Amino acid sequence: MRLTGARILMECLRAEGVEVFFGYPGGVVLPLYNTLGEYPDIKHVLVRHEQAAAHAADGYARVAGRTGVCLATSGPGATNLVTGITTAYMDSVPMVVLTGNVARDLIGRDGFQEADITGITLPITKHNYLLMRASEIAPAVKEAFHIASTGRKGPVLVDIPKDVFIEEAEWDGYPQGVSLRGYPIMDVPREEEVAKAAETINSAKKPIIIAGHGVVQSEAQGELVEFAERSDTPVLTTLLGISGMPEDHDLSYGFLGMHGHFYANMAADRADVVIGIGMRFDDRAMGRFSDFNPEAKIVHIDIDPAEIGKNFKTHAPVNGDVKETLARLLPLIDQSSHPDWRTEIDQIMAQHPTDYVEEGTSLSGPWLVQALAEATEGQSTIVTGVGQHQMWAAQYYPYTKQRQWVTSGGLGTMGYEVPAAMGAQFAQREPIWSICGDGGFQMTSQELQTIRDHNLPVRFAIFNNGFLGMVRQWQELFYANNYHSVDLGQPDFVKLAEAYGIKGVRATTRAEAMQVFRELDGYDGPVVIDFQLEREENVWPMVPAGAALSETIESAEDL
Amino acid sequence: MASRNTIVAHVEDRPGVLARVASLFRRRGFNIESLTVGHCEEPGLSRMTIVVDGDDHQVDQVCRQLFKLIDVVSVQDITYAPMVDRELALIKVSATNFNRREVLDVVEVFRADVVDVHSEALIVQVLGDEGKVDAAVRMFEQFGILEMVRTGRVAMVRGTETTKPPAISDSQQAAAAIRAMLGRRPEGALPFASD
Repeated sequence: MRLTGARILMECLRAEGVEVFFGYPGGVVLPLYNTLGEYPDIKHVLVRHEQAAAHAADGYARVAGRTGVCLATSGPGATNLVTGITTAYMDSVPMVVLTGNVARDLIGRDGFQEADITGITLPITKHNYLLMRASEIAPAVKEAFHIASTGRKGPVLVDIPKDVFIEEAEWDGYPQGVSLRGYPIMDVPREEEVAKAAETINSAKKPIIIAGHGVVQSEAQGELVEFAERSDTPVLTTLLGISGMPEDHDLSYGFLGMHGHFYANMAADRADVVIGIGMRFDDRAMGRFSDFNPEAKIVHIDIDPAEIGKNFKTHAPVNGDVKETLARLLPLIDQSSHPDWRTEIDQIMAQHPTDYVEEGTSLSGPWLVQALAEATEGQSTIVTGVGQHQMWAAQYYPYTKQRQWVTSGGLGTMGYEVPAAMGAQFAQREPIWSICGDGGFQMTSQELQTIRDHNLPVRFAIFNNGFLGMVRQWQELFYANNYHSVDLGQPDFVKLAEAYGIKGVRATTRAEAMQVFRELDGYDGPVVIDFQLEREENVWPMVPAGAALSETIESAEDL
Repeated sequence: MASRNTIVAHVEDRPGVLARVASLFRRRGFNIESLTVGHCEEPGLSRMTIVVDGDDHQVDQVCRQLFKLIDVVSVQDITYAPMVDRELALIKVSATNFNRREVLDVVEVFRADVVDVHSEALIVQVLGDEGKVDAAVRMFEQFGILEMVRTGRVAMVRGTETTKPPAISDSQQAAAAIRAMLGRRPEGALPFASD
């Protein structure tokens, strides 16, 4: 059967079971939009800016555990995706990004709305394609989904010139497999590496686990808990590893890093064996590399062989998928008990709890997250932007379920919270809570219209302190209170929501906030809540930039 | 300790693959001394010989990051393997009736070839490892080098061992073969990352 390139692409998406994708039309993708009506089972969500299409696909992927798909036209449409693609690349989120390009004979001749998007995205995609024939579409899309969703996951871009959408090619069904010689699946670890890791772990007196995004991506919470219990090892997570370990578990000690818990940072710094699982020893998590616990032996389990030994010398490297590796490691782990070590951490925790909630009536960030946790019984999926509100959301919400936490960690993309929550809402029925900064919200609030179009029940909780809070905190602490460009003017967020036909409410006190939570119970449309916070609250604890984990401070007086 | 290291990579012969490799080196801040690409024994694959400056850790990272490129089929660090390495230089040396004989003496010493003659210049072709080419260049400098081009290194491991990529269809075996290749191992069986 001969089909146009546009139809072949849609047949491929159908064969991949794509239920929703996020896009924005334009000249060169018109042949594709011309066929969308024939594929009503594949929902196209019309966003209001292409950046949002990429973030929405990312948010969807993280919550659904499936590959997210987005689409943009050539030139500015494609370049607007770049922030979203980079966000997904840094956090290893599976995404297939489709772009149109100018007709083949115009490529390289600076045609109208031409951008070399494959060139631009070389360093921010796992792989990318520029297809010059309609017959290349099916194999390339098959490969793109395969590459995006296996190994260390990530975004793959497929760029299709306008006339390739129109060209006909033979369609004999979606390809069954891929032949990628340079891309073997490295899920199963080598036995000798697993054995050495087990030996190192079994000999530990003060072991600590640092669980990363790989645990969530591999959906290995069960294996992680079993491993931690058998080896009696306290578990920390990275920022992205949050929700990989149920935080109500006895062995859970929260997350570590720049705004991680004091006791978590100390535990990592005092351990004799550090077991990194599906994480990459990032600077925000580990503090100054040269002074991170030099005595510790490092066991590192990761799917990406290039992460092994990248930042730290590793005593026992294990290259493999987290779930596969833990399953093979478990039988080799001795049933152990480390009561003294547990007591040591518990004592630090008792003396240095992360509890900066003060008595009062005004809204503080920590109080508000705790109140939200109570109102949602800790069961909600939380999406955040980047900054103070993100750190409070990480510190004070008790995450227990995998994929309950969605945040831009590696790239730290402000504005992520609005479109990512929108995309995530397509993956689940229960309302998503998007914890927003007043700065980030203003970056992508145009998506309120998309959210209205689809009547998505997202709750946007704007942590509104009228400041670019985290930058202000740094200016206060490290630039002698020299505030510059952080006092953000803003619209009336309630009226803004109402202008979009969305329910808008405001809370300025704790009592009002409680009232808002009660009111929203059962409401099934979108809501924007303007929580007016204390203006100059800081996030504690903190590892100052360039300092070691052992230098974690708990107030400005410690500086 | 920084030194010159020789890496052999086999890549799919596709448009853009050189750009991918170059982009990776630029982005990760790796220092390429030379990069030579050409056909190899297998149609559809190109062979790159890459000379990089860097310590053990950097070279280990170069190999691992290179292998992450989908179009890169295999990567091997052969710096410490017994190997033959060669580069070719074309050197245009100033040579007149008065000193041509002296120039030709030097040509002979290096077992080089004269590939073009003119009343005031010669083109000398020197073939050898980097040290030999360096030495020849130094010797020809006394006569005046008008122009020079060097190819960069190509290298091959001695004996029956090859750097050919594994032709394995089974993914698990392919993974095992790649893991056996990746990473510098000054001693022991585990990758450089091991202490």
